[in-house]
Order: sequence, then structure tokens, then C-alpha cells
Amino acid sequence: MPLSPAITDLEQLKAHPAIARLQAWNPRAVEGAKFDRDEMSIYIERSSIREACALLRDDPACPFNFLSDVTCVDWYPSEPRFELIYHLLSIPHKERVRLKVRLGGDAPAVESVTSVWPSANFFEREVYDLFGIRFTGHPYLRRIQMPENWEGHPLRKDYPVEGYR
Amino acid sequence: MAHLTTAPQLDPGQDRTMILNMGPQHPSTHGVLRVILEIDGETVVRIMPDIGYLHTGIEKTCEAKFYQQIVPLTDRIDYLCPLTNNLCYCLAVEKLLGLEIPPKAQWLRVLLNELTRINSHLVWLGTHAMDIGALTVFLYCFREREDILRLFEAVSGQRMMTSYFRIGGVALEPPLDFFDRVRDFANRFPSKVDEYENLLTANPIWVMRTKGVARITAEDAIALGASGPTLRGSGVDFDLRRDMPYSSYEKFKFKVPVATEGDVFARYICRVQELRESIGIVQQALDGMPSGPIKADAPKVVLPDREKMKTQMEALIYHFKIITEGFAVPAGEVYQAVESPRGEMGYYVVSDGTAKPYRVHMRAACLANLQLLPAMCEGRLIADVVAAIGSIDIVLGEIDR
Repeated sequence: MPLSPAITDLEQLKAHPAIARLQAWNPRAVEGAKFDRDEMSIYIERSSIREACALLRDDPACPFNFLSDVTCVDWYPSEPRFELIYHLLSIPHKERVRLKVRLGGDAPAVESVTSVWPSANFFEREVYDLFGIRFTGHPYLRRIQMPENWEGHPLRKDYPVEGYR
Repeated sequence: MAHLTTAPQLDPGQDRTMILNMGPQHPSTHGVLRVILEIDGETVVRIMPDIGYLHTGIEKTCEAKFYQQIVPLTDRIDYLCPLTNNLCYCLAVEKLLGLEIPPKAQWLRVLLNELTRINSHLVWLGTHAMDIGALTVFLYCFREREDILRLFEAVSGQRMMTSYFRIGGVALEPPLDFFDRVRDFANRFPSKVDEYENLLTANPIWVMRTKGVARITAEDAIALGASGPTLRGSGVDFDLRRDMPYSSYEKFKFKVPVATEGDVFARYICRVQELRESIGIVQQALDGMPSGPIKADAPKVVLPDREKMKTQMEALIYHFKIITEGFAVPAGEVYQAVESPRGEMGYYVVSDGTAKPYRVHMRAACLANLQLLPAMCEGRLIADVVAAIGSIDIVLGEIDR
């Protein structure tokens, strides 16, 4: 089963219900898309993530009503450094889509999606704890895995695997 | 609207409520889960789970290991279903590689995965019943669990940290009498489930402690990220094995138990029915077990047989290369989800084209399920918190990673 190359041309992918819906709402919200290994990733402009999530959740044609996961990838030292990953699942349509938001390394912050899905609470706290990304509008943005007085954010690539000794 | 988890804070001037650190109650609360309660007499006003005591930084460790070295780490995440973790990780990497797995390996994976589900549900049932006061069930459940652990030991050499699934297939051919032993267990097991149900399902104390307790609606369950039996207990008919099949689950016939009440009893019924369905899948896997190889034909990824290494030069070279340098995985990213005993377990693996993953993230079903606790317990009695924690079947190893 050889891998077929990824499709990154937005024009070819705009028939996908999630992309069509987002582009009809705000063409500037969609920065790009990638279809690779049967998985769809959509790059969302940073300031529209919360509204994009709310829109996809309430889409009558294909509601992505379940937030599976929120996580982050650190592409240090390249910029924009962080890529926030939201995995959405449509329980009625049995489909997944991945939303991505790129963030620069300098004081990274993004709007919280806890008002769309309360389940984002722990996920965003974990990203804040381990990557140091602030979620504005989060009701209780505190460290969740590491101790309160811990210094640094362990999953950043410039944090050594053995920790600071 | 569903509750958000924030810390209880006392107003210094008031003397009506007090803060209580609950536990140890559930086996998970012996030092690894701290539950902070604000109580007014016996009534819970606010509740907050405090986690992180078992955080070992597995995600960070993964970034420094070769792909094949991560399999043993995945065992230790959710230590009650190591094989489900192995499966999810292997499926994710195989998807990144574009690797096709031979049918026998896929069926073996399904067979062992369902035994793992039974194993995990037995630990849950025993400890959950013990929390609520039915001590006998614990002994019964661990009797059957011991049989399953012996099967795991026969097939992988380990009782708990099995690491039996490998990228590209499974580690070893199962021993000759393995399938007979599994069949013997599968024939015996349904009567044992009857035994557990005789002790609990119609037991008036059990029913009073669980029916109508810690109720959660379908909307709240979805909004708070619940999955697995916790979601199906609230009436949402969704199971990844049936709805988004992987590892040839589409070839098996099974029912997905759903209950609509959304209380502790509904989740109990769902899991007990799942025990019966899982043993049905095990029977089907035994009956239809295909023959053929147990590893994919990909010498650069899959370790060669020991025999071949002693007779063939290429096999020895590939073995040396894989062990010392690992194997490069094409750049890309995948999210692979499987139905673990607790819900949606997902592995998000990012490759940058080298032999070590750029990022491995585990979506822990329990982490999301734990967020249901305030919605379940606030306004109820302290004793119901015990039942609620048991009913969402938490494993802190998975929550903290």
C-alpha cells in the first residue's frame, strides 16, 4: 500500500463540507488545508478559531459535535513556532477533521474554546502547562500536570529531555 | 450548561461549608488522585479533581526514542489495557508508514484486544463493587482476571506489560496450545458473568446505591468530552469499533450496549453487557482465525526471525540496522483512535522523516471523562462521589501520562 502524496491545494479540497462551510462564513479564516493519509487538516487564522469551532459544531449538514483532543506541536527554532491541533469528531456522521492554528514563539496566546466545548478545559490546561501557551477566556488556566511552582514548559523542544539539573 | 472545573474557594467570613480532601477510597485515590470537596454537611457543594501526581513525561520521553522503542512505553500509560495502547500506537505508525498488516496478525490483535477489555472491565467491576461495599465481587473478578493474565503470559511472556504488538504485526507466534486455552476460557466465562450479575444486578443495596446516582445527560456527556461506556450509558450510540473500524473489526458481529438513564447503574449495565459481547468477539476470532504470516513483509521495519538471522546475511544486517539506527518514517502526521475499555484512546504521531518521532501525543479517554465529575456530583452526598468515581473507570496512569 504505497502512500499517495498529500494534497495541499485549497482549490482541490474546497468541496469538503467543513472547508466549504468555513469559507462561506469567512474566506480569510481558512489559511490552507492538507489532505494526507486520509486525514483532513485545515489551517485556521488565529483570531477566528473559537468562532470556527462554534460554526463547525452547529453546522446542520455535518455537525462536528465532539472535541476529541487539543494538543500542540513545537517546531522550534522555525517560526511560527507553535502549531495548535484540535481534533474534531462528528458523532452522527462518523467523520474527523483536524484544525490547526499557527502561533509565533513570542508570548503565544489564543482564544479558548471552553465556551464552545467545556471539555477543552483540561486539554487547554495541559497545553498551557507543557507548552506555555495562554488561552484567553479560559476560566481556570493553571498548571495541571506539573507542580504549581515548576519553571519552564517541558514539552517545548528547547527544554532538555533529562530536565534542567 | 455543563459545569466547568475550577477550584473550590472558601469565603473567609463564612462558616457554613468546609473543604475536605477525599480518599483513599477508590484504588486510584491512594496518593495519585486528589479530590477536593467543598461540603455543606454531607452535601457536596463543589468538587475538583487534582491530578498530575503520576505524571512521568512519557510524551517527552517518546521524542528521544526510536519508533520501535516506544512500544514498551505505551504499556505503562494505561496499565490496565496495555495491549490496547500497543495496538493504537502500532496502528498510528503503520498508517504513517503505509504498511499493510497480514490478516492473521490483525485477528490476533482483535482477539487479544477483547481479552484486554475483559481484563480491564473485571478490575473495574471488582474495585467499583468494593468501593460501594460488595466485597465478594472483587474476589470473583480477580479469579477470572488471573486466567486472562496467564493467557497473556503464555502469548507474550509477561502478565501485564505485554508489549506483544509490534510495528508491522505481532512479536511472536502464539504457543501451540494457546487457542485451545483461550477457547476453554471463552466457554467458561459467560457463566461467570452470570455469577457477577447474580451478586449485583438485582441486589437491592446495589440498586439503591447506583440507580439515579450521578446522572449525566447525553448533551452534557458530549460537551464534556465523555467517550466509551460513560458516553453510551447516557444513551449515545457510538463505538469506534463499529462506527470507524480498525484492525478488521468490520468483519466481526457484535452489539454495542447502550443504556439511556445516564446514571451509575446504566454505566454498570453497559460494561457488563460489553463483557458478554467481547467474549463473543473472542469466539468469532477463534473460529475464523486465518492462517499465514504474523508480520508484514517489510524487512526494513520488522525485525527478522531469530532463525533467519543465524542463516541469512541480509536478515542479520537488517536486524543490526533496525536496532542501532531505527527506521525512517516518512514525514507527516496521523491521529489514530481506538475504542479502549474506557473510551476513545487516540495517538497523534508527527514524523519529520527521521527514525525518532517528532511528537507523540496520547488522547486519554479518562482525562476527558474525569471532567464529568463535577456535573455528576455537585449537590449530591459524599457517598455518591465514591460511586461516581468508580463508574467512570479512571486509570491515573493514562490521565497523567
